[in-house]
Amino acid sequence: MKRGIAGSLESNDALITVKESDALKITVKSIVYDFFHKQIEKVILDTLQELGYDKIEVVCEDKGALDYTIKARLTVAIARMEASE
Amino acid sequence: MRRSLLFIPGNNPAMLQNCDVFESDAVILDLEDAVSVTEKDAARALVSGYLKSLTEVPPMEIIVRINGLDTEYYEHDLEAIVSDKIDTVMLPKATVEYLNVLDKLLSKAEKAKDMQKRISVIPIVELAVSVLQIEEIVKCPRVNGVLLGAEDLSGDLGVMRTKQGNEILYPRMRLAYACAAYKIDAIDTPFTDTNDNQGLKEDCRFVNNLGFNAKAAIHPNQVPVINEVFVPERKSIEWALRVEEAARQASLKGLGVFGLDGKMVDKPVITRAQNILEKARKYKLI
Amino acid sequence: MKNSLGRFVPEGFTPFEGSGAFKNKNRIQVSKKSVSEGFELLSSVSEMFDKLGITDGMTLSFHHHLRNGDFVLNMVAEEIKRRNLKDMKLAPSSIFPANAILVELIEKGNVTQIYTDYVNGPVAEAISRGKLKGMCVMHTHGGRPMAIESGLLHIDVAILAVPAVDKCGNGTGAEGTGACGSLGYAVSDLEYADKVVFVTDTLIERAENAQLDGRYVDYVLKVDAIGDPKGIVSGTTRITKDPVGLKIARNTVKLLEELGLIEDGLSMQTGAGGTSLAVAHYVRSRMLEMGIKGSFASGGITGYFTDMLEEGLFDELYDVQCFDLKAVQSIAKNPNHHAMSGSRYANPFDDNIVDRLDFVILGATEIDLDFNVNVTTDSHGVIMGGSGGHSDTAYGAKVTVITTNLVKSRLPIIKDRVTTVTTPGEDIDVLVTERGIAINPVRKDLLKKLEGSRLPIVPIEKLLETAHKITGVPEKVKQSDKPVGVVVYRDGTVIDTVYKIN
Repeated sequence: MKRGIAGSLESNDALITVKESDALKITVKSIVYDFFHKQIEKVILDTLQELGYDKIEVVCEDKGALDYTIKARLTVAIARMEASE
Repeated sequence: MRRSLLFIPGNNPAMLQNCDVFESDAVILDLEDAVSVTEKDAARALVSGYLKSLTEVPPMEIIVRINGLDTEYYEHDLEAIVSDKIDTVMLPKATVEYLNVLDKLLSKAEKAKDMQKRISVIPIVELAVSVLQIEEIVKCPRVNGVLLGAEDLSGDLGVMRTKQGNEILYPRMRLAYACAAYKIDAIDTPFTDTNDNQGLKEDCRFVNNLGFNAKAAIHPNQVPVINEVFVPERKSIEWALRVEEAARQASLKGLGVFGLDGKMVDKPVITRAQNILEKARKYKLI
Repeated sequence: MKNSLGRFVPEGFTPFEGSGAFKNKNRIQVSKKSVSEGFELLSSVSEMFDKLGITDGMTLSFHHHLRNGDFVLNMVAEEIKRRNLKDMKLAPSSIFPANAILVELIEKGNVTQIYTDYVNGPVAEAISRGKLKGMCVMHTHGGRPMAIESGLLHIDVAILAVPAVDKCGNGTGAEGTGACGSLGYAVSDLEYADKVVFVTDTLIERAENAQLDGRYVDYVLKVDAIGDPKGIVSGTTRITKDPVGLKIARNTVKLLEELGLIEDGLSMQTGAGGTSLAVAHYVRSRMLEMGIKGSFASGGITGYFTDMLEEGLFDELYDVQCFDLKAVQSIAKNPNHHAMSGSRYANPFDDNIVDRLDFVILGATEIDLDFNVNVTTDSHGVIMGGSGGHSDTAYGAKVTVITTNLVKSRLPIIKDRVTTVTTPGEDIDVLVTERGIAINPVRKDLLKKLEGSRLPIVPIEKLLETAHKITGVPEKVKQSDKPVGVVVYRDGTVIDTVYKIN
């Protein structure tokens, strides 16, 4: 199964793993979960929509990343997944 | 006119999100040497994301160092980052030939993206051949400053880099003269020992006396040191203010040459004083 | 009932009215412990419990000078556990992660009440989860001696770790394998507890400059080791290398200078955190450049300040607690480096040092638009610290500066309303962040002095807006309404309540 990873577990970064899937599944772990998990999920959903994915598995391990970092990491993870064999 | 240009690794979100607080005149968001080959895509996306997130004009110039025109990355880099959010592209391993190619690529992108801005270019002189071409390089379109890249340059020459820097004295002097002749920024190579700010200060003073007006920094803690050295000292500002006032008085009396502190003051001296005051006013020292 | 800040105060506690309200009250001092010559030597913790009749419901006190290397509180906890004593009340001046054994005692009801100035680690978490049957009463370093001398906090037995004890029972922190320097927080316990035990691993002939008066001691318990020297003091405390912290420190010192506070005779205090030390570093540079000399520095003392003392930049140091090895060495040999008691440091009713401070540099976990500061809980409401000397120095110093990053791992430090008030906004004057400086609008005098300043001075509301632009607006975390602790202001009133977390 194709998968892609981008980012890191450094502070202010997020490690995002995506996998091909027959359903949409988003898992968010975050050091600021109580304060921002809704926002993080929204950024992930918006980015997936922008890139045209509605069936994919996304795991986001967040270390306090800002929205644009999460979006960039997700975008690259998906590109890497598509490029993988 | 820049004093300090701070390198920010393009794939480091923590540095990137704080890059506007370190008080450098410019930040160089780096897609080249600070990013490993396996992370070029990630850095490009991150820097692009950061730039898009900017809703206000930041307090410093934004420069992006793209990968060299001899790599497979530069076109993707330009595609991702050229926009009205940046001011300048920094080109590594610059030659006249590459600078002309870059100019065309930027013109094309500016037109395609219907941009308001005209992007400037800072070439890095880090090849022996670039040192020889320096006068042609500074005359290239868009170039408003040149950065000396001593690490690669000494490699090209096959000599060791030293803290003292005798091995780069010649390129430093050539670069300073070329930049002075065409009135663009002469930007010195970074001081690589980030734990030795005293050494940094001495290095800054040395190149300032050679004619450099700016230095690149590889750590935010270097910025205050650089900013302090590359502005006129209090003493010379006070002198320049007195020259300015004396010149005003003299011109009221119709005098071209006059005396101050027992020394003759003429046009070149007045110009030097004006340059000092221009800089002092720009950096809000007076 | 609500206090003057609109914060809930549980039944049985007096609400906070204002930081200066104590001035309308009289100092209350119960009589000190009677003095006598001589003491009895004990050889085991068990013997100590037997001899002293330590039993259910008693209040035992401790100091925290051995910090995260302390063995003494843990030895006593083991014995409480072994004897399965119930409803014990513990009053350690602080609790660290090394004291994790208390969690079990709290859960089993061996310990049901805690009085402390600071609690961090597993014990703090257990309290926040509502495991403690009674309340965690959180004093300040100055409020604790006030509570002890007034009888509000009555101590049955003070069990005090002392690095070296001499033949007369006099104690010092300057010698011994567990040397920790000043023993300032032990002094009130020594003078007012019903019974006093010194726990030591080093018996000496005669203590030079004894800090603890042997005439108050009833027993001396000799043990193998009172603590792990590695956890007692850090080898060195260093200034931060973090460029954001350094920028904050630089701007802080520029601001202090514009306020005219960097001048001959200055007195100051900073914490031992990296940014605070960086402030001390830049103050030192300016003092050298300007050729001026300060009168004193106080507080927890680090090597940074002992160096400045030796350079002649201060006349004296007043030291309630040593933070590093250099400070411990200095207090043993430099006659101008004085140990002081917690009461002399910060008791509002004592002739205290904090009232003589020109400026203090403090941190914050949260600060709100009224400048109230929280250093007691995190933004979830989980206990992770406490005032220590925060509210004492903030009240005493002429200018109180909070230095903090505007954003820490996506969380803005500025809130509309802090989760828990530790120090009231009326005592906080300046907030310095990497993206701007806010001055408390009640300090019109400071604002006037700063007219025309080139520093980035903005309203605190603007800083909050800047933070939100970067991070987004964090969601509000709902807390339960079950109190697990109270934050007691230095005058004994309750400034806020800490709640059980969900």
